Amino acid sequence: MKKGWLMICLGIAAISLIIVPPTAVFAQGKGPIKIGFISPLSGGMAANGKDMLTGIELYLEEIGYQAAGRKIELLVEDDEANPATGLTKTRKLVEKDGVHLMTGGLMASTAYALAPYIDSKEIPTTYPIMAADDITQRKIPKWIIRTGWASSQPHQPFGEYAYNVLKFRKVSVIAYDFAFGWECVGGFQKVFEDSGGKVLQKIWVPLTAQDFSPYLAQISKDADAVFAVFSGRLTIQFTKQYKEFGLKAKIPLIGGGTVTDEHALPSMGDEAIGIITPLHYSEVLDNPANKKFVKAFREKVKKAASYYSEGTYTGARWIVEAIKAINGDVENRGKFMDALRKVDLKDVPRGPMKLDNYGNPIQNIYIRKVEKKGGELQNTVIHTYPMVSQFWKYKAEEFLKQPVYSREYPPLKP
Amino acid sequence: MKDLLASKTRTIALSLAFLVLVLMPPFYSSYWITLLTQMLIYGILAMSLDILIGYTGLSSFGHAGFFGASAYVVAILSTRYKMGFVSCLVGGIGVATAISMIFGLLVAHATGVYFLIITLALGMVLWGLAFRWVTMTGGDNGISGIPRPDLGLPLSLKDPLTYYYMILVFFLVCLILMAIYVRSPFGHSLKGIRESESRMRVLGYHTWLHKYLSYVSAAAFGSVAGVLWAYFDGFISPYNMDLTASIEIILMVILGGPGTLVGPALGAGIIVFLKNFISAYTQRWLLILGTIYILTILYAPQGLVNLIRDWLKGGEKKTELKGIV
Amino acid sequence: MIEFLLVQTLNGLSFGALLFLLASGLSLIYGVMKIVNIAHGSYFMLGAYIGLSVILRTKSFVLGAFAGGLAVGAVGLVMERGFLRKFPLRALPQMMITLGFALVFRDLALLIWGGDPYTLPCPEFLKGSTQIYKIIFPIYRLFVIGVATVVAVSLWLFNDKTLIGAKLRAAVDDHEMAGGVGLNVPLISGCMFGLGAFLAAFGGVIGGPIFGVYPGLDFELLSLAFVVVIVGGRGSLKGSAVGSILVGLVDNFGKALVPELSYFTLFAPMAIIVAVKPKGLFGRD
Repeated sequence: MKKGWLMICLGIAAISLIIVPPTAVFAQGKGPIKIGFISPLSGGMAANGKDMLTGIELYLEEIGYQAAGRKIELLVEDDEANPATGLTKTRKLVEKDGVHLMTGGLMASTAYALAPYIDSKEIPTTYPIMAADDITQRKIPKWIIRTGWASSQPHQPFGEYAYNVLKFRKVSVIAYDFAFGWECVGGFQKVFEDSGGKVLQKIWVPLTAQDFSPYLAQISKDADAVFAVFSGRLTIQFTKQYKEFGLKAKIPLIGGGTVTDEHALPSMGDEAIGIITPLHYSEVLDNPANKKFVKAFREKVKKAASYYSEGTYTGARWIVEAIKAINGDVENRGKFMDALRKVDLKDVPRGPMKLDNYGNPIQNIYIRKVEKKGGELQNTVIHTYPMVSQFWKYKAEEFLKQPVYSREYPPLKP
Repeated sequence: MKDLLASKTRTIALSLAFLVLVLMPPFYSSYWITLLTQMLIYGILAMSLDILIGYTGLSSFGHAGFFGASAYVVAILSTRYKMGFVSCLVGGIGVATAISMIFGLLVAHATGVYFLIITLALGMVLWGLAFRWVTMTGGDNGISGIPRPDLGLPLSLKDPLTYYYMILVFFLVCLILMAIYVRSPFGHSLKGIRESESRMRVLGYHTWLHKYLSYVSAAAFGSVAGVLWAYFDGFISPYNMDLTASIEIILMVILGGPGTLVGPALGAGIIVFLKNFISAYTQRWLLILGTIYILTILYAPQGLVNLIRDWLKGGEKKTELKGIV
Repeated sequence: MIEFLLVQTLNGLSFGALLFLLASGLSLIYGVMKIVNIAHGSYFMLGAYIGLSVILRTKSFVLGAFAGGLAVGAVGLVMERGFLRKFPLRALPQMMITLGFALVFRDLALLIWGGDPYTLPCPEFLKGSTQIYKIIFPIYRLFVIGVATVVAVSLWLFNDKTLIGAKLRAAVDDHEMAGGVGLNVPLISGCMFGLGAFLAAFGGVIGGPIFGVYPGLDFELLSLAFVVVIVGGRGSLKGSAVGSILVGLVDNFGKALVPELSYFTLFAPMAIIVAVKPKGLFGRD
């Protein structure tokens, strides 16, 4: 009989644990300012996720985790590059930990998954990396601004550059088969074709591809250049196999910004030399803020500073400027959100930036060419488009009338 | 005497759990309510798989596929065609059940390890469709912005507590239906198949049909969970139905105790809880999850509920789950 | 058109060759012990990581390939002896344990090597490309096809022409009978598991210059290896070889011709084969 009673007591103890859960902390008054941060810290995207985490930590360390006289607390969760997990973890940060602001996230799919929830909870949120176009174009959430970039933003001016400066007329496209790839390609194709060029074909490669050979064999021999969009391990494999299958010698390779981003560049060999890509950042940008950032970053983690780390570093600065502007009154969410929209920075590593009316930064776009200097590959800036908007030279209202760039839009011309 | 004690404890434990689930949530913070909601939804899913694993002795490695299929149907019907709750519910369960009826034709003749492999492959077919049929499913992006249903009641289901109670009702209805199902003569013949399919065949049972119906019914109950999840999370993506997701449901069943229905629900509760909590304190979550898998199989292969039951009975009768491969 | 066919066929063959290294071990383990080894892809990944570390230190690709293979082979042996043996012929517990290990391995690899993607350096004399007819093809891929052929032939000789091979076949066909006539079935099982792990890890290093190595590689290739085993038939060397080539070719042409349906072109035929011939093309009862 004893056992039975013991069991019951144990059961009651266990249940009462659930009955009296640690109460959610609602940081009212003058507790620390809580910033919730998600990024993939395990799985295939962990390297990018860790760069992101290091970036935000680096900035908060610089200011001693303190702003407007209040302490800042960073709450980190791993989203496994899985949008469903990202949503679960965000829910936890918002509802259990009571964060004042959400930031982070890597995959475009996560950007769309979080938006409805963020709006329903009215939590000020910044996207320092997630570039899904429509977040600042056709499906703008009230409570989210972007301190990163829109996928098509750098690739629109690049379309013009490819036609006017590089003198390409016919281009083949090979890219990621998901929103990020479609939008990068769409931006490039739209402007390239409006300038007078022609995209010959679009080859879509799934995220899970292990080998590029079946796709490389389809590239048209008539192309003046190949425009590629990949990142992480796929961009390393792609550039390597592009050379191995004898294409590098025949057709010049240009691409999306992530193709030669510094998260992948150190793992590449000479096959990367000469690739031209656009982005809003390069590790070798020549300005004091960037020099300071790169030096600190390289000291902290002994690796090259990628746009992912610059994104969260600058993103953290953005958040802190907003906190300062409202004297740390982050409990007033409406005011906090307004302050986030009004930040204007002139001296961040990537150059000057401010938000447009749709919540996306207007910033410099750099055309970069991979070169080898001092035994290390780097993205040498060969041209700068100053203060580029996500709508490029188009009128925002007209731009927004066209559908979001996708697999089918813009269509291939006959 | 000891059996009596065991059954008494069971009654007390179940009534306590019931009371807590019904009475306590209004005192919880909204986060705990959503966590409980997730536990209940996954509880339905784990119980539905228990029909296959615990009662029929067939381990399906593609169960998350049905969960995902019905969730996708809800997502598509509610966001694209603005359909209401009832049509989404019927549509979700209907489509998933229809798929299981087709798949069932391929799997019902298989036993043991073959069943496992075929269901794994079919689960991947569904995942592949969700991932690659971009025009319909949004591919990797998934579908977001699924609105909470409007039942025309004065209560809004956007409120976590109200939604929780709706899920609780679904959970209890499913639990009762499944309990009746597995205790029915049909359920008993499933157990017979688990212990010895050849004997049942000799006794004149149509074992193929039994297995087929068991597979389809498990999928049908599982799809209920899918519908509820789509509305709960407001979002569905291929990650909800990949191989890892399927295996996690099996872990819930085995951890809780196959062949007990409430066990898998308990297992689901534990796994959902751990997933949400441990990961806040460590980045080594996979290491811990992997260790849980190994330890469960090594030390509690019959599941927690059976472990406790054996212990209460004083170790005289060990629960042996014959026929669970 | 001929060029397209030629290059895609060669691609399919080199992909199939790597799949063979992965799937032959999986099939062996599945055949001898009826274990569905979810950790098999992890062996491939771990082998590539260990090979990478060894190659970077010793500059020797061959050493890296064997070091990766042997180290992971030992891991496999320990897994079988220490854990899987406790659940003889019980598919579900065994599969769950191998899955537990797969998760542990993945996290350990992330802990040790970090998450950055790497490509294994290809041996100097195999670098570059060659011209076949009108197409340019990397020499290394031809080398991979050669390696897989050598492995397949040696496995076949081992299996058909040696005493151990005969014992192995007996164990595949009938455990109880094999035990009855005095064969040490547990020992054979342990060694076979180790050999399977060795093959996968060896394949991981060989595949390293093509696939690279990164967290996630483990599960991505695993599903394809399963398809090979299911199509070819468990425990059949011939089945693994034919299955690998088939899957390699179907996958390649599927991706090239109907990219939208690339999973479907692979999994749907497999589902049909399973339904019609549950034991696979060359599987035995």
